[in-house]
Amino acid sequence: MYVAVKGGERAIDNAHAWLAEERRGDLAVPELTVAQIREQMALAVNRVMAEGSLYDPDLAALAIKQARGDLIEAIFLIRAYRTTLPRFGASLPVDTGAMACDRRVSATFKDAPGGQVLGPTFDYTHRLLDFKLAADGEAGQVAEAAPLHGPTPHIMGFLDRENLIQPEPAGETTPPDLTREPLELPASRALRLQALTRADEGFTLGMAYSTQRGYARNHAFVAELRIGAVAVEMEIPELGFSIEIGEITLTECETVNQFQGSKTQPPQFTRGYGLVFGMTERKAISMALVDRALRWAELGEDNLGAPAQDEEFVLYHCDNIQATGFLEHIKLPHYVDFQSELELIRKLRRDAQQMQEAAE
Amino acid sequence: MQATIDSQAARKGWLGLLAKAPAAKLAQLWAAANITPTHHVLRAPEIGAVMVRGRAGAVGAAFNLGEMSVTRASVRLADGTIGHGYVQGRDRTHALHAALIDALMQTDAAGQVDRAILSPLRAAAADRQTARAAKAAATKVDFFTMVRGED
Repeated sequence: MYVAVKGGERAIDNAHAWLAEERRGDLAVPELTVAQIREQMALAVNRVMAEGSLYDPDLAALAIKQARGDLIEAIFLIRAYRTTLPRFGASLPVDTGAMACDRRVSATFKDAPGGQVLGPTFDYTHRLLDFKLAADGEAGQVAEAAPLHGPTPHIMGFLDRENLIQPEPAGETTPPDLTREPLELPASRALRLQALTRADEGFTLGMAYSTQRGYARNHAFVAELRIGAVAVEMEIPELGFSIEIGEITLTECETVNQFQGSKTQPPQFTRGYGLVFGMTERKAISMALVDRALRWAELGEDNLGAPAQDEEFVLYHCDNIQATGFLEHIKLPHYVDFQSELELIRKLRRDAQQMQEAAE
Repeated sequence: MQATIDSQAARKGWLGLLAKAPAAKLAQLWAAANITPTHHVLRAPEIGAVMVRGRAGAVGAAFNLGEMSVTRASVRLADGTIGHGYVQGRDRTHALHAALIDALMQTDAAGQVDRAILSPLRAAAADRQTARAAKAAATKVDFFTMVRGED
């Protein structure tokens, strides 16, 4: 029997009104503006753009404010909003080699052309709380030096020239889009990269860490990590040529991994790749490690049964909106389902009791 | 033929500049330029998304990275010149300004529009880029080798 139950509208309205009041907090404290969040909580904004899969800092900041700082809730709001937008088309692949780098480091080549540029990094800070920020938060003077001109070359290019690294076949086919077609396995690398770039940072980090600890170990070096602005270019049909339609900040991580060679490949280094919206370094490195682990089949490696090698496991569980949607739905009313469970267990207990009585 | 290529390159240049310009700065320059061309809006400003693509390993096969918000508009001036604007973000006025400037740049008003609007935008964009590049350059590591005293 299916029983429809109505009710709770008043309670829901009142709950949401209270939520709005709690969101505002103490009225004696000035209200946060969206611009303040965008400018001063930039890394939270970046995470929401990356996992919400929509590059729009103002919207991400608004979502964070609305979600009271719950970033997964904010990502949910962005994902919901983006489905309302008409799709004008797809850009040409961004040229990260032409990036205006704020940061560019290599863990493999000390004297890489273009040098080691630290950028505004947390690295080498002592991770001590800075109580000055609680007082005024005024930043000191920032040093400047003669700007470096011209694009910074990709470090992988140097290994590529010596054939020491597995080549990356170009291919001009239209990539699959998991926002348009359901995810099907086995997935191409293009589909895996799309899933990983919008994947939950915590999940991706955990998977990447597991490969470092020995589950499908592939010993990654960060050949290059770069963060900066790239232009986005798109073909405009009414013009008949392509134009730049904007500029976005990206984080790119290229790893170089040990590879013994296989039946078909000579010993050479292999690659993992991470590319993520915004300044999202931990995520980009994690993505590169997981990308590399998932490539075991195409590189002729053994399947060690490690979680990070399991495409189905990784791709079906990396999306925090799918995950939280299914997880959180179990707190919503299941009265009828539970009623039937209750009936069943009572019946089983009755039967068991009767059997016992009969035996006695 | 060469003239077509040059004019296409120039148009590509100003459309890219307008797409990336801060909407508020463009609105301010537009108002100050005091140009009010008679025009017909062919396509009212429309907010949408563009799927941004990357390449596996920076140079390999394309993959879908995620979307960005874009607003577009088209206008026709009284003389029939058509202008298109595609700008980053969700500012409708920004897209209309871009379309109007694109149209005007194809007319005799080009010189005036370039001086009053595009030149200041170009200068501001160059300043922003140089300022970041200068800060980045100051964080470049200078390695030095410690004397090991072996000889």
